[in-house]
Amino acid sequence: MRSRSLFQLLTLIGLAALVLTACGGSSKKKSSASSSGNAGGTLMTVAKGAPSGSPDPQINYTLQEWQLLIITHDGLLGFKRASGTEGTKLVPDLATAIPKPQNGGKTFVFHIRKGIKFSDGKELKPSDVKYTFERLFKIGQSPNAGTWYNVIVGGDACVKTPATCDLSKGVIADDAAGTVTFHLTKGDPEFFDKLAVPFAFILPTGTPNKEVQLPPAGTGPYKFVQYNPNKQIKLVRNTNFKEWSKDAQPNGNPDVIIQKFGLSAEAEVTQVENGQADWVFDTPPSDRLNEISTKYADQVHVNPLTAVWYWAFNVRIPPFNNLQARQAVNFATDRNALVKIYGGPKLAVPTCQILPPNFPGYKPYCPYTKNPGSGKWTAPDMAKAKQLIAASGTKGASVKVNTDTVETDKALGLYFVGLLNKLGYKASLQALSPDIQYPYCQNSKNKVQFCWSSWYQDYPAASDFLNILLGCSSFIPNSNASPNIAEFCDKGIQAQMDAALQQGITDPSGANTKWQAIDKAVTDQAPWVALFNPKYIDFLSKRVKGYQFSPQWYFLLAQASVK
Amino acid sequence: MAVFEPEAEGIVLDAEETGGDIAGRSPWALAGRRLVRNKLALAALALFVLIVAISFAAPLYSKHVANTDPFESNISGTVTIDGKTEPVLQQGGGKLGLGETPIGPTWHSHYLLGADNQGRDVAARVLYGGRASLEIGLGSALLASFLAVVFGLVAGFFGGLTDTGISRLMDLIWAFPVYLLAISLATVLLTAPNGLNLGIFNVSASSLWIPLVIIGVIYVPYVFRPIRGQVLSLREREFVEAAIAQGASNFRLIFREILPNVASTVIVLLPLIIATTILTESALSYLSIGVQPPKASWGTIIEDGQALLYTRPTVAIAPGVMIVLTVLALNVLGDGLRDALDPRSKVRMK
Repeated sequence: MRSRSLFQLLTLIGLAALVLTACGGSSKKKSSASSSGNAGGTLMTVAKGAPSGSPDPQINYTLQEWQLLIITHDGLLGFKRASGTEGTKLVPDLATAIPKPQNGGKTFVFHIRKGIKFSDGKELKPSDVKYTFERLFKIGQSPNAGTWYNVIVGGDACVKTPATCDLSKGVIADDAAGTVTFHLTKGDPEFFDKLAVPFAFILPTGTPNKEVQLPPAGTGPYKFVQYNPNKQIKLVRNTNFKEWSKDAQPNGNPDVIIQKFGLSAEAEVTQVENGQADWVFDTPPSDRLNEISTKYADQVHVNPLTAVWYWAFNVRIPPFNNLQARQAVNFATDRNALVKIYGGPKLAVPTCQILPPNFPGYKPYCPYTKNPGSGKWTAPDMAKAKQLIAASGTKGASVKVNTDTVETDKALGLYFVGLLNKLGYKASLQALSPDIQYPYCQNSKNKVQFCWSSWYQDYPAASDFLNILLGCSSFIPNSNASPNIAEFCDKGIQAQMDAALQQGITDPSGANTKWQAIDKAVTDQAPWVALFNPKYIDFLSKRVKGYQFSPQWYFLLAQASVK
Repeated sequence: MAVFEPEAEGIVLDAEETGGDIAGRSPWALAGRRLVRNKLALAALALFVLIVAISFAAPLYSKHVANTDPFESNISGTVTIDGKTEPVLQQGGGKLGLGETPIGPTWHSHYLLGADNQGRDVAARVLYGGRASLEIGLGSALLASFLAVVFGLVAGFFGGLTDTGISRLMDLIWAFPVYLLAISLATVLLTAPNGLNLGIFNVSASSLWIPLVIIGVIYVPYVFRPIRGQVLSLREREFVEAAIAQGASNFRLIFREILPNVASTVIVLLPLIIATTILTESALSYLSIGVQPPKASWGTIIEDGQALLYTRPTVAIAPGVMIVLTVLALNVLGDGLRDALDPRSKVRMK
């Protein structure tokens, strides 16, 4: 409510500014705009590089591109475009309503809105939905097709033979009735979340069933007109767009949104300071933080993220196949020091557990601290750590500390090399290029003992952390795509996860109570040293107004105004 | 053994070196005298010796002056300067308080040049870094020179297929850009789960031997070329033919007749090679594929300092200055040695 009032106020100010401009004799034509800001102008953003991977919306898996895809495309459902916890709520987007589950949570009937057009002028039809989901499998490179969408009837067969994918039994489109019916092989409590992310955004029938280099037509207020990974991405208004839901897809303010590539993070910050760019995608470098904090404080926004930074032990090989050894490192870790490396207490909060704060299933819990009980980490307990190391019998073992060469990540690695040596291990650092470090750690062939990683939510569900990162099925031996880096698989805990997932179909809040217990049980097994929950810095130019931060999509680019 | 006769070789002597001055003196004594007269070369030698001495005194400085362990993080630590206690990493200012900036140069014994982002004493690390850079630079230059001399003598003396085989091998190494070859080798060796395993020898990925051997090997062709050329020329000289006529064995010809005459070339090249290997080591360490942290080298410290260029430039500048001084000293010394030992200046580093 509070933020809505603020935007109404901004609207009034914006209208007043428009009247003043008109009185001043301006003859510029104004475009249609979001009700929360002034329309027009070019929002100039900068990033070090283009989104990694393919530009194809059904393949790309980066926040950087998703921030743009949410204003060019729509799913049947969407996350509400709002700040705070409101931004985690699902709302109907191309569908008229969120359907009630039928058949024990295995069938959903969506009614598609009428009169919506793609940016190429074609009208949206239910058959586009079926086409989109078949394409998701047919292109053969969508990273989560086989894990998120194979629950659709026919999905498993599509994973095996993408070229002949046929979902006619799983996605039934009726253009005359304006409905799409999904049939699932089993209940999936996160199916709606998965419909609200860009992999499932609806594309027009006829979009090539192969990777595209420019995202195809969508239904959002903008469309891609340029996607040059060496130069820039350019979005302009979709003239066929008419706002149908302010919650799901509000109209945008800037006429054009550009993201330029190729500058260093240092140069990006300087450009924003000088007003040459409006927003920096990348995190500002650590040696510029003090400067922007003191000289440009009014242009900086800091928001907590539902994310966790951690070091994963390999629980299957020495010395960390020993629970006491893992717990010892957890007790010895000075999380405040690590927060300092990240940028200080204003940018991160120490944690001991898997789930981040303000997340479904979260309840503060920290056994690895001096004076435990409050749920918060206060200080390391070196005495307890040394006691556990002695009891574990692992003293003297060699440990390779694996991280990447990014400044902060390497600094975290160096901290752990020192700490492990202090605990009696023979530790050394292995810093790899950021491009290869994550797949290298995931592959069990490499026998990585202790590896840095971080995880940012895909959607607000506890299983997105606990089951994806520490579930038995997430460990795939000898694979570069095995997100369970710790190789952790506890049959008892997995049974609890399966039960929570099942309960989530009909009783989400009851399931979240189960996830609380699972979070605690996993934390006690110490497959990770959870370090901290990071915050995100948005550094904007002076002229940007109407800043909104969604916990799902971060800075809502289209809601900013530059006029 | 045949001796070097400057006048017989047609060498123009310095104005100060009259026939009387050099009469009865060995070429080494003459070279030494020329070197002593070259004040610039002597100053360069003194500077290099000073850098080596202070670098190898790093443990003394750390323990007795800075009172710190330059390899251990001190992120949450404090330091007392002029009775005032300050955190080593200081929280950013303003109403947002973002960022943590390491303490700058204190110009006191503690944190003389400030701290890096791990809260470590930069001055102590620069000295330790110098030790590693010099060890690798000297070691790899000696290794490259030794291998080049062996291969150069064998190829130049025996000629034919032996020469062709060795020369093509050297061409093969030479064909790779230096840094590309070094990066490839280092990447493979550093990511091997158990380091380098050669039977009974097991070298861990963090060992200084890895960059030392890599750099040594890639520079062999650069020393091999001039040495082989000189051996080919010496092989046809009268004093060698005379020794052959007297029935000298190949072993004697190589080690008693030819090797002493290529020694001056190696000595002239050595400082220049050391300068080059120090630069290469710094470059590789800067790229994270040379000396592995928490060990320090000038290159790794520059890399650490890169992220602090805006707020704490001394972290990168201090090792940079040390590299410049060392390389400058070695180059000037190399020029002085060349003038002293090879007045015709035939030998140049490519």
